[in-house]
Amino acid sequence: MNLYLLSPEISVFGLAIAVILLDLLPVRKGWLAAASVLGLGVPLGFAIALWGDWDNTFAGMLVVDQFSLFFKFLFLGVAALVILASADYVSKFPRFQGEYYALILFAAGGMMLLASTRELISIYIALELTAVSLAALACFLKDVRSTEAALKYIILSAISSAVLLYGMALVFGLSGSTRLEDIAAAVTAGRAWDSPPLLLGIVLLVAGFGFKIASVPFQMWVPDVYEGAPTPIAAYLSVASKAAGFAIVLRVFFSAFGQPETLSLDWGDLFAVLAAITMTLGNVMALPQTNIKRLMGYSSIAHAGYIMVGLASVTLISRDLGQSGVLFYLSAYTFTNLAAFIAIIAISNRVGSDLIADYAGMVRRAPVLALALAFAFISLIGIPPTAGFMAKIYIFNAGIQNDLTWLVIVGVINSVISAYYYLRVIRIMFLAKPVSEEKVPSSPALRLSLTLTTVGVLVVGLVPYPLLRAAEIAVRAFS
Amino acid sequence: MNFPILSIILLLPAVGAAIIIAFPWLQLRGIRMVALAFTLVPLALALTLYILWSTGDIGFADLEEKRQWIPSINAFYHLGVDGLSLPMVLLTTLLGSLAVLVSWKVPTRQREYFAWLLVLETGILGVFTSLDLLLFFLFWEVELIPMYMLISIWGTGRREYSAIKFVTYTLLGSALMLTGILALYFSTGSFSMLELANLSSASLTRQVLPLSTIFLLIFAAFAIKLPMFPFHTWLPDAHTDAPTAVSVILAGVLLKMGGYGMIRILVGIFPQQARDFAPLAVALAVVSVLYGAAVTLRQTDLKRLIAYSSVSHMGYVLLGIFALTPTSLTGATLQMFSHGLVTGLLFALVGLVYDKSHERDLRRLGGLARQMPIIAVVFSVAGLASLGLPGTSGFAAEFTTFVGSFTSPNVDDIKIYTLLGMLGIVVTAGYILWMLQRAFYGPPQEKFGDVPDASLLERVPIFTLMVAAVLVGVLPMLLTDVIREAPVIARVGDVLALWPR
Repeated sequence: MNLYLLSPEISVFGLAIAVILLDLLPVRKGWLAAASVLGLGVPLGFAIALWGDWDNTFAGMLVVDQFSLFFKFLFLGVAALVILASADYVSKFPRFQGEYYALILFAAGGMMLLASTRELISIYIALELTAVSLAALACFLKDVRSTEAALKYIILSAISSAVLLYGMALVFGLSGSTRLEDIAAAVTAGRAWDSPPLLLGIVLLVAGFGFKIASVPFQMWVPDVYEGAPTPIAAYLSVASKAAGFAIVLRVFFSAFGQPETLSLDWGDLFAVLAAITMTLGNVMALPQTNIKRLMGYSSIAHAGYIMVGLASVTLISRDLGQSGVLFYLSAYTFTNLAAFIAIIAISNRVGSDLIADYAGMVRRAPVLALALAFAFISLIGIPPTAGFMAKIYIFNAGIQNDLTWLVIVGVINSVISAYYYLRVIRIMFLAKPVSEEKVPSSPALRLSLTLTTVGVLVVGLVPYPLLRAAEIAVRAFS
Repeated sequence: MNFPILSIILLLPAVGAAIIIAFPWLQLRGIRMVALAFTLVPLALALTLYILWSTGDIGFADLEEKRQWIPSINAFYHLGVDGLSLPMVLLTTLLGSLAVLVSWKVPTRQREYFAWLLVLETGILGVFTSLDLLLFFLFWEVELIPMYMLISIWGTGRREYSAIKFVTYTLLGSALMLTGILALYFSTGSFSMLELANLSSASLTRQVLPLSTIFLLIFAAFAIKLPMFPFHTWLPDAHTDAPTAVSVILAGVLLKMGGYGMIRILVGIFPQQARDFAPLAVALAVVSVLYGAAVTLRQTDLKRLIAYSSVSHMGYVLLGIFALTPTSLTGATLQMFSHGLVTGLLFALVGLVYDKSHERDLRRLGGLARQMPIIAVVFSVAGLASLGLPGTSGFAAEFTTFVGSFTSPNVDDIKIYTLLGMLGIVVTAGYILWMLQRAFYGPPQEKFGDVPDASLLERVPIFTLMVAAVLVGVLPMLLTDVIREAPVIARVGDVLALWPR
């Protein structure tokens, strides 16, 4: 039992508790955010120090490999940015700031743990740890909308957990183990790989994980929860929770069910069909939206669909393209969506409304915010020079190399559809008459986080290779 | 690895933009100086390259830059110039620095204005120097955002409508082009323009779309940019409502991205499909020439008139390209260069006339030669160059184009099309001379009594462009000797002979 391998998670949880304790002292609340962000340097340092020490602990339940560290860096970065972006927003619940930051950290710790697990029970525990923290965060505003959002989230999360557990039970029953490598061994040993119960188990796992990544048929919570939850938490859900879902899907499916190819092609087809439905549904439903947070919710569903193209890319010779495509797309999407959400947070802090109509003429009231939001939307459409463009090219290339031309065509058509609703917001911001002439200022913390994410979108759009290389190294854990 | 001179030319304007944005304490004087310096140095470098190139001291291999960009999808940061792109780079850097001079007195938000102008120049230079399709597409899109900002913030008239119309048209074309480029990549696994040159369906590893479909997708984007009838309607709006310097860039180099792309990508990669499609393209070219000229004849707004004349003049470029002979392609490239100089000059002059007299309507202008003799003389020279008077760049370019296309073996009945196209010159002479007469000649008018002539600062760009236009007219071989050596132009006949019609 090597606890050092768990040091990033342990230090995040320690930091969360420290933040709660700090809240008890008579300090200015602003220190809490600063302490949380700076404190994240400790787990980051541990994660960097762990690079190269590929090992596992707790009898193989937890593993430190390139893949888990990639996601640990991602979650730490997202948590820091979300805390920065919350710096103004927390004035809506002044008494509970300590708990708010601590819950963000707990959720981040849960997701980091999730990226490291390779055993069904610990996967389940990490998932629940994340889901409970996020549900508590969703109801932080304590108004009708926020409470409803949290309730929806927790109920649907419970249902999907039940489905997931049922799938896990079936897989365990057939393979006799909860460890992914033992499952893989049992499956390839020919005892189970084409039996209907195993396929049923896999379908149930897909459905259960589908809740996390906001894929059909567990997507309906997304717009409601995004609309009701505090906006920084919606941002957190849209990037970190989705990334965690994809991390565990990659881990489970390629570790346990990656061989033989006939089996992977079976579930690859399932993901392909779900991808097509998910992206189409997300984009079509986004078209008539009038609330920017609901729009972002449907857009997040659509992007889950694009990312699933990578999950559907399962042929043995070029599946690594799909896997690294998922990682690269998730990172690009993280920068882009956080930039968009931070701009939305800054605007709605002052305007007090999430209606797209109230964004009219925003370029005259807040030129930097409007430009940043427009740039993020351009990245979400997939127009260069942005991260979103590179991500789409890369993941669609993976699809083509895996003989999924039809799915890529569906994806391209969907990108065109999505251009319509993103451009509509841009047009309203730039061309419509402003509803008021009042300027929309933003705080230094928001400006810092917005600058970091926007520069990230641009840099990944121009020089994508370092990040892409990191993604390619990360998925070597599966080969 | 070569000394990255092309990267330096390409990135200097963007660096200038970054400096202008990054140092908020920079005063207006400083901003202008930075903008001027970061456009003049690329111009000096481009001019040096051009001189060394035409004396044969440097060649393609000395300037090529190729670095890994996205190895996983085989995309390279691959820059290079040949006889086709070098004149375009020279033109872009020249008009880029003159545009800074033209916008010296821009009234509002100068910091943003010059930053966008510099970013725009980097985007255009990137298009002309990229040898990788993905990089090309990236630069193709980079130009869009500054253009939108420049028109919608500093423009006049219905500027926001014009800006969004420009963006919508270009984005539509871009989406089609991206589909084409991706289909090409998925079929071949390469983004390299050099590797893909003279593609035939036998060399595909996988057929995602038929080559002719890919050709049409990419053609659409270039046709919109050129612009070709019937995709030209964004042009008069954008040109008319843009601020003067942006009109200069727009007419001077932005349209050339379309013509350049057609030669570099369509003729270079798809020669067979280009020949199959040539009859339709040539017919549309003639329609563009004649329709553009006819509509120009009806314009009463000075700026709109020049804008519409571009549709007609870029029609010659299309004719020259799809006649697919070395001479016609040389002529088309020379016509692009000449049109860049002449129309850039005309827009700069229209801007001056409007600044001084606050009048652009030909029905109310008149007799301005009395008040602004210098502008009137330069305007007349530019007008004559535009209608193709011998001794000006317009004559050399149009003459080469017509000679090249008249004798083309690649399109049936090309002689008739060429003759029809030549009718456009007659109409051009009509509207140019009529415009000059109505604006500058006739009795001097009372209301323009105290209108001043061009100041010393304003004379620099217009004299430079006028001298350049005359120089190219008198010594066209300065350019043609370089242009006709470009592989895509020099070898088009041999390449097409591989696949007899």
